[in-house]
Amino acid sequence: MGSDLFEISVNIGKMLGIFLLMVQMVPLLVWVERRGSAFIQNRFGPNRVGPLGLTQLLADAVKFLFKEEFRPPASVAFLYYAAPVLALIPGALAFASIPLAPPFEVTFNGQTYKFLFQVFDLGIGIVFVLGISSLGAYALLFAGWGSGNKYSLMGALRASAQMISYELALGLSLVGILLIFGTFSFSEMVEMQRGPLSFTFLGQPTTISFLPNWGIFYQPLGFILFFAATFAETNRAPFDLPEAEAELVAGYHTEYGGLKMLMFYIGEYGHMMVASALATTFYFGGYELPFGSESLQQSFSPLAYSFILFGCFLTKVLVFLWIFIWVRWTLPRFRYDQLMDLGWKTMLPWALFNTVLTAVVVVLFHSSGS
Amino acid sequence: MDAIVPILVLTLIVATFGSLLVYVSSILGPKKHATHAKYMPYECGLPGQESSKTNVSVRYYLTAILFIVFDIEILFMYPWALTYREFVEAGHGAYIFWVMFVFIALFVFGLVWEVRSKALEWD
Repeated sequence: MGSDLFEISVNIGKMLGIFLLMVQMVPLLVWVERRGSAFIQNRFGPNRVGPLGLTQLLADAVKFLFKEEFRPPASVAFLYYAAPVLALIPGALAFASIPLAPPFEVTFNGQTYKFLFQVFDLGIGIVFVLGISSLGAYALLFAGWGSGNKYSLMGALRASAQMISYELALGLSLVGILLIFGTFSFSEMVEMQRGPLSFTFLGQPTTISFLPNWGIFYQPLGFILFFAATFAETNRAPFDLPEAEAELVAGYHTEYGGLKMLMFYIGEYGHMMVASALATTFYFGGYELPFGSESLQQSFSPLAYSFILFGCFLTKVLVFLWIFIWVRWTLPRFRYDQLMDLGWKTMLPWALFNTVLTAVVVVLFHSSGS
Repeated sequence: MDAIVPILVLTLIVATFGSLLVYVSSILGPKKHATHAKYMPYECGLPGQESSKTNVSVRYYLTAILFIVFDIEILFMYPWALTYREFVEAGHGAYIFWVMFVFIALFVFGLVWEVRSKALEWD
C-alpha cells in the first residue's frame, strides 16, 4: 500500500476513485443503452428529465433509494442478501487490476513517489482476472437458489451452465495472446504493443510503419472468439438466455427490487466494462495511442500525459461498450441448444485451432511481438 | 504480500458499499403491511404451480463435470504458452511444439469422444 502516510492516502484515494468510476459509469451506460436502443428502433427514449434526458439517471437513483424493503418469505435470508453484494465484488476487483494509463511520478515534501494508474499491478494479471470473474457465477447461484422462486432458480442454472461453457472458449482464446506476448502481466503487454507493427518474418526483422503494433494484427481469430465469449460471460444478448423475459420473467433477479436489483445491474455493467477493458488491453494496445505518442510525451508533463492516455483508454473502452449495446439491440436471442452447441462444438474447436495455428506461426516466423 | 493488502482492502470497501446499499432501503423505504398474495413467490399473477425445490435436469451437472475436466486441461496450457517464446528463441521451437501437440491431441480426442457419446446434446 505504501511506505508513508502520503503514499497510502493517495493509493486509497486512487482505489476509491477507480471503484467509483466503475459504479458511476453504470447510470451513464443505462442512459446510453436506453437512448441507443430508442435510436436503433426509431423511438425517442427517455428525453423528458433534463437535457436529452440525462438527469433521468439521477431521478432513477432517488427512486431506487426510497423503495420498500421486501424479502419473500420463501427465500433464504443470507443467500438473498449476500447475492447482490457478491455481484459487485468480481467486477470491481478485476477492473482494479487493469492498467488505465502509464505510471506517473509525483514530488511531495521533497520526495518522489511513483504511482501506478491502477489499483494493483499483479504479475499474474490474466489468471487473476479469469479466476475472479468466474466467481460472478456464485452471485447468480446465490440469487437463484436464495430467492425461493423457480424462475430465479432456472435462470441461475442457465446462467451458470452458460458461463462455465463459454469460459472454456474464453480461456483457450487467450492462450494465443500468451503465445504472442509471453507474459501474464497487463502492463508488460501494453508496453509490447507500443510503436509501429514490427515482427520477425522468417528471421528478418520487418516493420510496417502505417499500422500500430496491436494484438489484433497477431490474433484476429483469437479476438473474435474472445469477444464473442465475453458476450456470453456477461449474459448479454444474444446470449441473454438467463434473463429471457418471455419464459423466465427476469431470470435470477426476479424477486429483487430497488437498490438490490440496481446492484445486479452494476455487476452486469461492471463485467461489460472489464470485458471491454480486457479486449482493449489484449488486442488494441491498452492505453497506448496508435501514433504520435513521442511528441505528446515531450510537450506535456508526465502527469498530464498520463491523463491524456487515460482518455485514450477510456475512448477505446467506450467504443467496445457501444458495440455491446449495439449488438444487443440488433441480434435476436439464441435457442438454448444452439447456445450450448456454439460454445462446445464451434468456439472450443476454433479456439484450439487458433492455439495450434499461433504456435506454428510463432515457430515459423520466429516472430518477436515487441 | 504487497499485492494481497490492496486486494483485501478493495474487497472490504466494495463489500461495505454493497451492504450499505442493501441496508439503506430498510431505513428510507416505506413500511407497509403486505398482503398474502405479495408474500407468495412471483408467478405472473397466478397462484404458484410448483415450488422452486423441484427436480433439475441432470444435463446441468454433466456440463459442470465436463467443464472441470476441460478447464484444468486448458489451465495446463497456460505455463506452456508463457514459456513458449523463450524456447523458440533458444532454438527449441519444434521440441516445445510437438510436446504440447501430444497433449492437445488428447484434448481433441476427449472432445470428439464427448460429442460422439452425445454428452453435449441439449433438447
